Amino acid sequence: MEVKDANAALLSNFEVYQLLTDLKQQRKESGKTKQSSGQQNLNTIMYETLKYISKTPCRYQSPEIVREFLVAMKDHKLTKAEKLQLLNHRPVTAVEIQLMVEESEERLTEEQIESLLQTVTTILPGDPEEQHRDSAMATEDKDKALL
Amino acid sequence: MFVLVEMTDTVRIPPWQFERKLNESIAEELNKKLANKVVYNVGLCICLYDITKLEDSYIFPGDGASHTKVHFRYVVFHPFLDEILIGQIKSCSQDGVHVSIGFFDDIVIPPESLQQPAKFDEAEQVWVWEYETEEGAHDLYMDIGEEIRFRVVDETFVDTSPTGPSSAEASTSNATEEVQKKEAPYTLVVTMCINFYSLVSVVVYSVSEIAPLSQGTDCFKLTMKQSQNERSGKGEKQSFSCGCSVF
Repeated sequence: MEVKDANAALLSNFEVYQLLTDLKQQRKESGKTKQSSGQQNLNTIMYETLKYISKTPCRYQSPEIVREFLVAMKDHKLTKAEKLQLLNHRPVTAVEIQLMVEESEERLTEEQIESLLQTVTTILPGDPEEQHRDSAMATEDKDKALL
Repeated sequence: MFVLVEMTDTVRIPPWQFERKLNESIAEELNKKLANKVVYNVGLCICLYDITKLEDSYIFPGDGASHTKVHFRYVVFHPFLDEILIGQIKSCSQDGVHVSIGFFDDIVIPPESLQQPAKFDEAEQVWVWEYETEEGAHDLYMDIGEEIRFRVVDETFVDTSPTGPSSAEASTSNATEEVQKKEAPYTLVVTMCINFYSLVSVVVYSVSEIAPLSQGTDCFKLTMKQSQNERSGKGEKQSFSCGCSVF
């Protein structure tokens, strides 16, 4: 076996998630005609990886959302690795941005970090339950403040 | 976290599988060979992405099976340097904290990379971060199952292919020497210390109450409570009051 290129392309968690769900679908449809002894490794790794990725925000993404996100990111002048990390993790606080973007204090001003956060949270969908909970809490706090 | 790796290999299809479509047989063989396995200096292979080129199949004398050279791309887990990942603490020991991501377990945080000062609690077998504030030291325990963020600092690949038979002197007293150390073929060394920010938990406080401290001064008393679901310490909710002037 020969490795031609150990780094041909970077994959986002969403792409791997899509690939694995399609593969799972295919294998379910084709039925249990395969010998399970050889397939056990594939089953294990697929199950575990799917379990891990399902807990990340990538579950709610789609190809259009990813494209929209990348177009919006063009003005911020981030490296490919940084954009990939933002896509995979969906940071909601400035601390997280500072971790993922190298030398963010020098490269981005506070307003830029704010606008970056805004772009990330508006374009990339988060956990709908959590967003529901947060918006419910926000209206609750608003009501309390009005009293 | 994942990369696409282009590889080439010769796949052997036994005669009883000739009735199946070649692409399917080859995909199955490649997955059987590589899925959930670590390739030296490449990473942990997950699954086949696609087949880019199939060369002609040959049948060699003496073997009824067909041999096909395949060019394909495989999805491999190989985080790049300084990548931030989220995982769960699996166990703690003297040589560090062991973290797992579910499908990959050999991630270790050496004690030097934990936030200082950190000490190992022998009784509970956990690492503790002694966080100093003006009020006193808070002990933040790194419990098992806690979700943490970490940054990849280093990776090690070990060639675990079987070695040949050792020389003649090993034939005597074999019983004790047979202890084969099972080394992990792929290990990640990670850290939690970056700048001043802790990757263990981000505690966000929100102001729940503002009350004037005393008459005639500009000082107010702010009561703050934890507003997000992040852990600090052993899961207790911490709330404290502090005074500050409003400008």
